[in-house]
Amino acid sequence: MTIKGKAYIAGIYEHPTRHAPDKSTAQLHAEVAKGAIEDAGISKDDVDGYFCAGDAPGGAWPMVDYLGLNTKKLRHIDSTETGGCSYIIHLGHAAEAIAAGKCSIALITLAGKPRTGAMPPRAAGAELDFESAYGATTHNAYGMCAMRHMHDYGTTSEQLAWIKVAASHHAQYNPHAMLKDVVTVEDVLNSPMISDPLHRMDCCVVSDGGGALIVTTPEIAKSLKKPLVKLIGHGEAMKGPRGGKDLDLTYSAGIWSGPRAFEEAGITPKDIKYASIYDSFTITVLMQLEDLGFCKKGEGGKFVADGNLISGVGKLPFNTDGGGLCSNHPVNRGGMTKIIEAVRQLRGEAHPKVQVKNCDLAIAHGTGGLLGVRHAASTAILERV
Amino acid sequence: MVDAKKYPAPVTNPETAAFWDAAKQGKFMIKRCTACGEAHYFPRSICPFCYSDKTVWEEASGEGTIYTWSLMRKSPTGPYAIGYVTLKEGPSVQTNFVDCDLEKLKIGQKVKVVFKPTDGAPLPFFTVA
Repeated sequence: MTIKGKAYIAGIYEHPTRHAPDKSTAQLHAEVAKGAIEDAGISKDDVDGYFCAGDAPGGAWPMVDYLGLNTKKLRHIDSTETGGCSYIIHLGHAAEAIAAGKCSIALITLAGKPRTGAMPPRAAGAELDFESAYGATTHNAYGMCAMRHMHDYGTTSEQLAWIKVAASHHAQYNPHAMLKDVVTVEDVLNSPMISDPLHRMDCCVVSDGGGALIVTTPEIAKSLKKPLVKLIGHGEAMKGPRGGKDLDLTYSAGIWSGPRAFEEAGITPKDIKYASIYDSFTITVLMQLEDLGFCKKGEGGKFVADGNLISGVGKLPFNTDGGGLCSNHPVNRGGMTKIIEAVRQLRGEAHPKVQVKNCDLAIAHGTGGLLGVRHAASTAILERV
Repeated sequence: MVDAKKYPAPVTNPETAAFWDAAKQGKFMIKRCTACGEAHYFPRSICPFCYSDKTVWEEASGEGTIYTWSLMRKSPTGPYAIGYVTLKEGPSVQTNFVDCDLEKLKIGQKVKVVFKPTDGAPLPFFTVA
């Protein structure tokens, strides 16, 4: 049993806003749902599967009601919550549901306002009393990973900076990007230290916004007008300290989700023309590239240096919208925008300055939670038909 | 003023109450499974490795080495250093480093447990040994 080729991404929409003081979170969900539905060229009454995560106000049932989805038709609901990679997991789950005949047109939404509104608190797990007092945040949890990666493999701040430099080269062409200035390695190193060894420019932006997808059957996708993009491989995984045994913060759950996706797709990292890699921090990208097999563990620093991730310059163009490091990071979650830019690349709809030539195979990979504590990862491999 | 930071009191629950009772006596406890022999942290009733329910409390030495760390340069309560310590007994534990020069922390450095008061049971932290 496989989901290879069983589901197509027929609609995408990324909210252009980065700052939405005048909108509600539910409204942003509705705006991105409307955008993706219109992009696909379907009616909202055709949607029979709905997917959302912890950012949807109240969860799935208030959202289904608020969005006015057709409840006579809606027959598959999934509110899997795995932080920033939730939407990549939803994409795989939507394909599974479509392959099993449980729905035929799935809507996935993400939206929120970390910049101008409150973020819902994360529910505590069994670790509460043994961790909450120590103030793990995204910054220092990823800082701990970077510190150990540097110790074990000699990775440098200069190498990490190249990831931000590459993202900034792409962001200059994105009119919606929050940070459009091209930066240098020196700029990154001279930005203030936030949580050792991560500088401010190693960190992603905080933005309002959102995005949505329409996932459907091959037959329905072919009846619509958009270029065809199909899901050919998917993987998901989780990792945590697991009782503190053999702690190793230099790799992520991507080390499991990646091979699962590549195996299903029947391709290898060498075949990938474009990579959307979650970039909450520069170290996130470096570790994911290693974990996905684009280079050996410990060689990520060398791999990302000297512009290797810049479209038209390096061997692996990544995050050509500017990514979380420069464009946006709606709800502090990067998974959705990673899928959207990968679909743009496969459709040939990326900005001409960053469009990858003959882009037929792309990867969208994300993590959720805290890489330095406990997290999820999900990998999707997409093919232009 | 040094170390004016106020830490939250542990909520505690039936599974972990013995840890906090021991902490009040200045003892840092871990759990060990008598079926597979593995120690783990934070404490669970069921061994996370072999799923035996034969886990027992054990007083740890409180000594270990820094696995990794990161110094948060700014926060509403000032700078603080988070990290993991690999205990002599094996498990690695998340913690903050206190009562030492946070700019000079190093991976591999020897550290030892210290308890800091809360409105409830005291919390374990680590400082340079």
